[in-house]
Amino acid sequence: MAGLAADNLTCIKRDRVLFTDLSFCLSPGQLIYLRGPNGAGKTSLLRILTGLSAPESGQLQFNDEPLDKVRDRFNQQLIYVGHKAGINGALTAMENLRFWCAQHSTDFKAQQAYEVLARLGLVGLEDVPVRMLSAGQQRRVALSRLWLKQAAYWILDEPFTALDTDGIELLETHMREHVANLGAIITTSHQPLSKQAGPFTELVLEYRL
Amino acid sequence: MNTLINGIFKRDMALAFRQRSELAQPLMFLLMVITLFPLGIGPGPVTLQKIGPGVIWIAAILASLLAMERLFRDDFWDGSLEQYMLSGQSVAAIAAVKVLVHWLVSFLPLALFSPLLALFLNLTVDMYIALMLTLVLGTPLLSLVGAIAVGLTVGLQRGGVLLALLLIPVFIPLLIFATSAVDSAALQLPYRAQLAIIGAMLMLAMASAPFAIAYALKVSQN
Repeated sequence: MAGLAADNLTCIKRDRVLFTDLSFCLSPGQLIYLRGPNGAGKTSLLRILTGLSAPESGQLQFNDEPLDKVRDRFNQQLIYVGHKAGINGALTAMENLRFWCAQHSTDFKAQQAYEVLARLGLVGLEDVPVRMLSAGQQRRVALSRLWLKQAAYWILDEPFTALDTDGIELLETHMREHVANLGAIITTSHQPLSKQAGPFTELVLEYRL
Repeated sequence: MNTLINGIFKRDMALAFRQRSELAQPLMFLLMVITLFPLGIGPGPVTLQKIGPGVIWIAAILASLLAMERLFRDDFWDGSLEQYMLSGQSVAAIAAVKVLVHWLVSFLPLALFSPLLALFLNLTVDMYIALMLTLVLGTPLLSLVGAIAVGLTVGLQRGGVLLALLLIPVFIPLLIFATSAVDSAALQLPYRAQLAIIGAMLMLAMASAPFAIAYALKVSQN
């Protein structure tokens, strides 16, 4: 099966079982909306999917191969926007993006980056240290990666945090287009996805004691 | 290679020069300690010459502990570290480049200041040359070994004290061989053996530390 398949994942944090035997598949052209109360293990699950943390048991497969063996190929196809934005406050938006693109072996075209930042409503703020921007603007800088790197798999942890309604609509539209182009997204959000985001599959994590 | 130079080396250099005051702190600390010693112990040239190499090295080690902490701290808290790990580059190579930049910006200035320090503490020319050589071979070792401990403690809220407890014992052999080299130089004795041992420790650290740092960072992420 093409895509990222999770097979019987179990995650235990501080002696509390977050989820057991969780299996699902994230295939091209699919948007999975991961839902659940605080502390249910949404972020833990996403971090396991990226490979940043290891599950207690269970396997991950990418295009039918164990993820550990094809980690590099998977990383080339992955954009992860986590809780922590991965943006350095002392650098400007442009610098942050330029260095990030270089790290991820993505061609960086200044013209394209200016256009993306403009589309995200950051005109005139490209050369201001990111620390000086508002929380929503910082989030927009982090999300601009989704326009800069060509990657099929997006793993987004609360991407809508601090965004205003325009920002949410912009991101949802971009998510719909990405899925239409056979991209795959798994995202968490505390507010329901609107119609703008297109059809999605729901994955619900329950809070366990 | 391009990735590392454009993505990490240039980035860390840009950051270092933007946070100059933070960078200057360990260096100021070192200068203050070394200026205070002659005042506290008395300016007798013989005494100063005797304790000089030890004072400079101890101050350098303590200053390195101060400087070490910021190596991965910001990257850990703002999430850049996660992004490095998902970039498809080898984390060991990234760590090696970060340590290199850290050494360039925090220890190279020390080497530039060392003639002044040698003058403060009445070191002879032979002693000064020996001191320079031990600093050039020894400070990268401080950076490399220190980075492993920083990688392990980066997720902790108050990692500073733990970092010192972890690292001071590890740095003791370096301190012994470095000061012994300068002492030998003071007596006009050969000190190649001490330099060779420090050099061997440096080679071992260069070959293995990046992998240990990468592993420590991975553990901190989990």
